Amino acid sequence: MSTAIADVHHDPVESNVNYLNASYGIKSWLFTVDHKRIGLMYLAVITFMFTIGGVAATLMRLNLIEPQGALVEPETYNKLFSTHGIIMVFFFLVPSIPATLGNFLIPLMIGARDVAFPKLNLLSWYLFVTGCCFAMFAILSGGVDTGWTFYPPYSSLYSHTPVVIMALGVFIAGFSSILTGVNFVVTIHKMRAPGMTWFRLPLFIWAMYATSLIFILGTPVIAITLFLLGLERLFHVGIFDPAIGGDPLLFQHMFWFYSHPAVYIMILPSMGVVSELITAFSRKKIFGYSFIAFSSLAIAVISFIVWGHHMFVTGQSVYAGLVFSVLSFIVAIPSAIKVFNWTATLYKGSISYEAPMLYALGFIGLFTIGGLTGLFLASLATDVHLNGTYFVVAHFHYIMVGGALMGYLGGIHFWWPKITGRLYPDMWARIAAAVVFIGFNLTFFPQFVVGYWGMPRRYAVYPAEFQFLNIMSSAGASVLAVGYVIPLIYLTWSMRYGPPAGRNPWGAKGLEWTTLSPPPTENFDVPPIVTEDAYNYAHAEASHV
Amino acid sequence: MIGLAQIGLHNAAAALGLMPFAPPDASSIAGDVDRLYYLLTGITVFFSVLIFSIIFYFMIKYRRRSEDEVAPETHTSMALELTWTIIPSLICVVLFVWASALYVQESRPPASATEIFAIGKQWMWHLQHPEGPREINELHVPVGVPVKITLTSQDVIHDFFVPAFRVKKDALPGRYTSLWFDPTEVGKYHLFCAQYCGTNHGDMTGWIYVMSPKDYAAWLANGEKTESMAQQGEHLFTQYGCIECHVASGSGRGPSLVGLYGQPEKLASGEMRVVDETLIRQAILVPNSVHVPSYQPIMPTYQGQLTEEQILDLIAYVKSLGSQERNGK
Repeated sequence: MSTAIADVHHDPVESNVNYLNASYGIKSWLFTVDHKRIGLMYLAVITFMFTIGGVAATLMRLNLIEPQGALVEPETYNKLFSTHGIIMVFFFLVPSIPATLGNFLIPLMIGARDVAFPKLNLLSWYLFVTGCCFAMFAILSGGVDTGWTFYPPYSSLYSHTPVVIMALGVFIAGFSSILTGVNFVVTIHKMRAPGMTWFRLPLFIWAMYATSLIFILGTPVIAITLFLLGLERLFHVGIFDPAIGGDPLLFQHMFWFYSHPAVYIMILPSMGVVSELITAFSRKKIFGYSFIAFSSLAIAVISFIVWGHHMFVTGQSVYAGLVFSVLSFIVAIPSAIKVFNWTATLYKGSISYEAPMLYALGFIGLFTIGGLTGLFLASLATDVHLNGTYFVVAHFHYIMVGGALMGYLGGIHFWWPKITGRLYPDMWARIAAAVVFIGFNLTFFPQFVVGYWGMPRRYAVYPAEFQFLNIMSSAGASVLAVGYVIPLIYLTWSMRYGPPAGRNPWGAKGLEWTTLSPPPTENFDVPPIVTEDAYNYAHAEASHV
Repeated sequence: MIGLAQIGLHNAAAALGLMPFAPPDASSIAGDVDRLYYLLTGITVFFSVLIFSIIFYFMIKYRRRSEDEVAPETHTSMALELTWTIIPSLICVVLFVWASALYVQESRPPASATEIFAIGKQWMWHLQHPEGPREINELHVPVGVPVKITLTSQDVIHDFFVPAFRVKKDALPGRYTSLWFDPTEVGKYHLFCAQYCGTNHGDMTGWIYVMSPKDYAAWLANGEKTESMAQQGEHLFTQYGCIECHVASGSGRGPSLVGLYGQPEKLASGEMRVVDETLIRQAILVPNSVHVPSYQPIMPTYQGQLTEEQILDLIAYVKSLGSQERNGK
């Protein structure tokens, strides 16, 4: 199938000047205001950060092969899981799709020349890189051991690690999120091409819009929280530590007020990607367009009022527990609606199975399990037992890795021909997708079981009866690591040696497929005018270019 | 049915030398939590299998047969959308009600519960029986007697987790939280710290020994003879000079503490507070924040002078004054 794509759509005439070769030299990248180049620069940085977080995870899993720790001292293990969490959450998952694919695709999908504030966009990248530098500095000067949650009073007064430097990194990177959010909201409101009405927007745009709202409303809260933490740590201002007059639960309220919506910052963009992939590879209009679009907004809004479900065992009042439980059940419904609509989109489709589609189907499967196991944690009585165990670890990895990361990889594979103008070997990509899927389940499914058995998270050493499941999990992690390395190799290879992709290798709908691959700096030769709904696959005459 | 399946799994797992499916059920609520867990597992399996089957069926039935194939248009069906919104919502309502009822039950210790105090500190559990015995990383309790554990922490946040009892609660510095369980099976069960608390978090573990009443009595009798917490609190009450102001007759510079525990009290700020462990603690450490009208706010703070254990002893003493008065009447 991959060869057919290359043959049919290869158009050698159309590869003259594009955003990649319009100018050369390091300065032409560092001072670019082209949203496509900025997207690629984000891609480079977050791939690096992902590697750091992945190495930390690998070392953790190696250590857990032995109940007494196979590799490192507990102190080092604590730094490993903290590094893994902080890097993966704040420096990979949060920016992953919005900063790379969002930056690259939003103007292309809505028929605009660039984002609304191109220079602000570049500033966002510099802020993000500055944040990364602080984080890397904290890691290289020994690493922090607070976990990604930074709970005081441990983080504020007890930890002997560079907590403030790490927190500063997260704080600065947060401004990148806020500015990106503002940029996207304004772009989506003001820069749509003539005829691109709200209900003709691709669902990826709706997802990015909902994500941007959370960026703008949520990120300032984590910034304030970490700022206060820094005040307490540096100047002993009693904010969180009761020994100096503070309240340790105040931190948790503030932290989760951002960090629960942040889960949706990670998953909503992937949901948007999956809507694009499912329609393109089944050549179908999406089933329930407005239900999927509004469920994204519903998730963005409700996600702000469920934070207390992280605190069911902190001694918060029974009534608060009941309210947060019912709200947590409510936030599950829009996600269920999405899964059902994606499934229904396949009905009577013309389905093909190139690599991006395999990622999309993998996403649906893993997200379904991740979402359903969330019900165990929204249910008060079972949460009391499962809270703080490996069950929670398994649950959120099904959402964040099985969901968010599968969507990200699917999206990267889908738009890679547009981004680079080159095709990658589809068979290798399908093998990688299968390896990731199998490795992921081997890694994280055993953690549900060991969690119900009662194994707490963040244990450098553990009772011997948990060893068997931990070995399974570690074995799975090694498979998963292979699954991540394969795409790194063939995607890099394809940048130079891949056959030219042509404008629209998948026969997909959407304005981004009507322009050249890679697109010219100004995106479209002629500003597009939109005359049809999104995913208008039933009227195929206009689709293939 | 579920019970049988569970026994089957236990046996199969035991035969393989592996862990059984669930941790031991050793408290009055463990079975209830397990039943809810199995219902949730059933729902998860049902919907996962349903969605996977539909996707696989569609994947095969509607696979692309030629490159220029055009899929027919299907239209969004309001009936379908409503169906798959309402059915999951109803399931969520059932789960919410079931889980919440159990949670409310879990958060109300029976009046007959014996009270034990637990202090988390990096990286050990200090457990204290009201009769006096103190234990480190071990707790001995008799089977069939409900136990309420009042938790606090001397440093960072810890969490008291006994998987076999399906109970867990954070131990927070500066305040008291509690959990309770009614152990139903004699045995030795894991105690874990389930909130990350620093370097040796993974070693902050211990054992709960649930003993037959006879063994428990023997264990108590063999232990070192110590005074009860209230008696030790009484010594501290004298040693730290509390008794000089808080005279039992009420004629001192501070209010009498006799009969105070459990009573509502109006503070100088106008706030009504019930005198509980948290309030007594606050009165010792930050006295002016809870001072009562008709007395001068002259009590000095005891912050930094008393250990968490001593504060608990003092609280036990004040509580014992309350019961003395009730007994007297």
